[in-house]
Amino acid sequence: MLQAIQDYFRELYEANPSWNFIYIYDPVQAQRVLDGLLMTVWLSVVCVILSVVIGVVGAWLQGSPVRWVRAIVQGYIQFFRNTPPLIQLLFFYFALGQFTPKYSPDGWLEVPIISNVGWAIISLSFFAGAFNVEIFRSGIEAVPESTKEASESLGMNRLQTYGYVVLPLAFRVSLPALNNNLVNLVKTTTQAIVIAVPELLYQLVSIYNDYSTAQNACMVLMFVVYIGLVGILVLTMNRWERAMRIPGYGA
Amino acid sequence: MATSTWTEKDPMVSATDVHKSFGDLEVLKGISMDVMKGECICIIGPSGSGKSTFIRCINALNPINAGSILVEGQEVNDPQLDKLELRKKVGMVFQQYNLFPHKTALENIMMAPLKVLKQEKSEVEARARDLIKKVRLDGKEDSYPGELSGGQQQRVAIARSLAMRPDVMLFDEVTAALDPETVKEVLVTIRELAEEGMTCILVTHEMGFAREVANHIYFTDRGIIVEHGPPKTFFTKAKDPRTKEFLSQIL
Repeated sequence: MLQAIQDYFRELYEANPSWNFIYIYDPVQAQRVLDGLLMTVWLSVVCVILSVVIGVVGAWLQGSPVRWVRAIVQGYIQFFRNTPPLIQLLFFYFALGQFTPKYSPDGWLEVPIISNVGWAIISLSFFAGAFNVEIFRSGIEAVPESTKEASESLGMNRLQTYGYVVLPLAFRVSLPALNNNLVNLVKTTTQAIVIAVPELLYQLVSIYNDYSTAQNACMVLMFVVYIGLVGILVLTMNRWERAMRIPGYGA
Repeated sequence: MATSTWTEKDPMVSATDVHKSFGDLEVLKGISMDVMKGECICIIGPSGSGKSTFIRCINALNPINAGSILVEGQEVNDPQLDKLELRKKVGMVFQQYNLFPHKTALENIMMAPLKVLKQEKSEVEARARDLIKKVRLDGKEDSYPGELSGGQQQRVAIARSLAMRPDVMLFDEVTAALDPETVKEVLVTIRELAEEGMTCILVTHEMGFAREVANHIYFTDRGIIVEHGPPKTFFTKAKDPRTKEFLSQIL
């Protein structure tokens, strides 16, 4: 079966030299695609989780009674929201990367403790996290003061009110906007190519640099994979949204 | 200090010369009243007269600027106030019900006893089911607030407050947001509570209810108590011209 498919694409290439699906019949290229895909999925999953954590913590800190804590969160949001993620990646890796400590595994090599993948995760998580802070804040602010008062009048303290009343409601309000931002984040992982993170785009570009006839085929795969990846994310988020829907609420 | 010396023969709630301002606006200009155990008190008056503000001060939702409010001997106007201790004694029901929309009726009632008082779940659930019956909502245990009518939601809110086993219940215009036909079902519930000996303080526009159920009626206007007395004399022999004018507009 697999053999037949591979033969088909090999013949397709011989008949149409500009449609070389090399990654289907050449195991070396197939491995590169697979490695790239895994890296993209890994980047996406880790950054999605970290950015959501950053969002929740940031939104909580934004409500802090301490002024300088709020100022720091505000500064963070402005910095990461108002600069392009591509520039952030470059800045983190090439500027900050110079000042991070290095270690030597064999006495010769000098390896920075934060790799390019590490910087990509840090940079992309903080980038999407800045948006998530604002998204969660809008959800928290959508919870009516009177609902919080009711919780307070039942003897709950600030933390209990947040945990049992405000956050569960705020989260539901935030989900559609969060959904959007996470889709954006998954797509932005492609920009990690500029610091040579071997994710899918990097691998496919490498393949068609080596085999120029594979360019069209690589482009096609890029779209297909991202439609699939983002599709899975959107479906999961929509299912989650439905599961969290409260009967009769907001109707 | 006073807590230890308080006995059931002393006033349950004792307010003395309570002053409260919002910015430059003085809303309460010296309110004093004593509420004995088992009494049902109605506070009436034109809107903006400070009656809602006053009962919100009793459970410290609004801090007061001057004067004293003692609840079972506990001073509310005290920076060291133990709010949890106060709110265990004082239950409050709001105009807009303020139920937790993401919890079912039963869960709404159970939340505070579980999370605040850390009581046994089976015991709390049994009590919550009894309360549901008491407010005549059998069969609505698993309904969400959004699936209930205003009157039903308000009765859940009353049950939710009662689940904390308070000694005093505050009702802040609890029928003002209801359809005329559902007002009655809520008033019946409150009336039963009063007849069972629960100490109740109501801010209300329901003159018929006040006349029938209240032991004592206070009329407030522009931040002071203009006149007060038992319903019989209050409604027929009001002396102050402001009271007379208000009653003539309403009755």
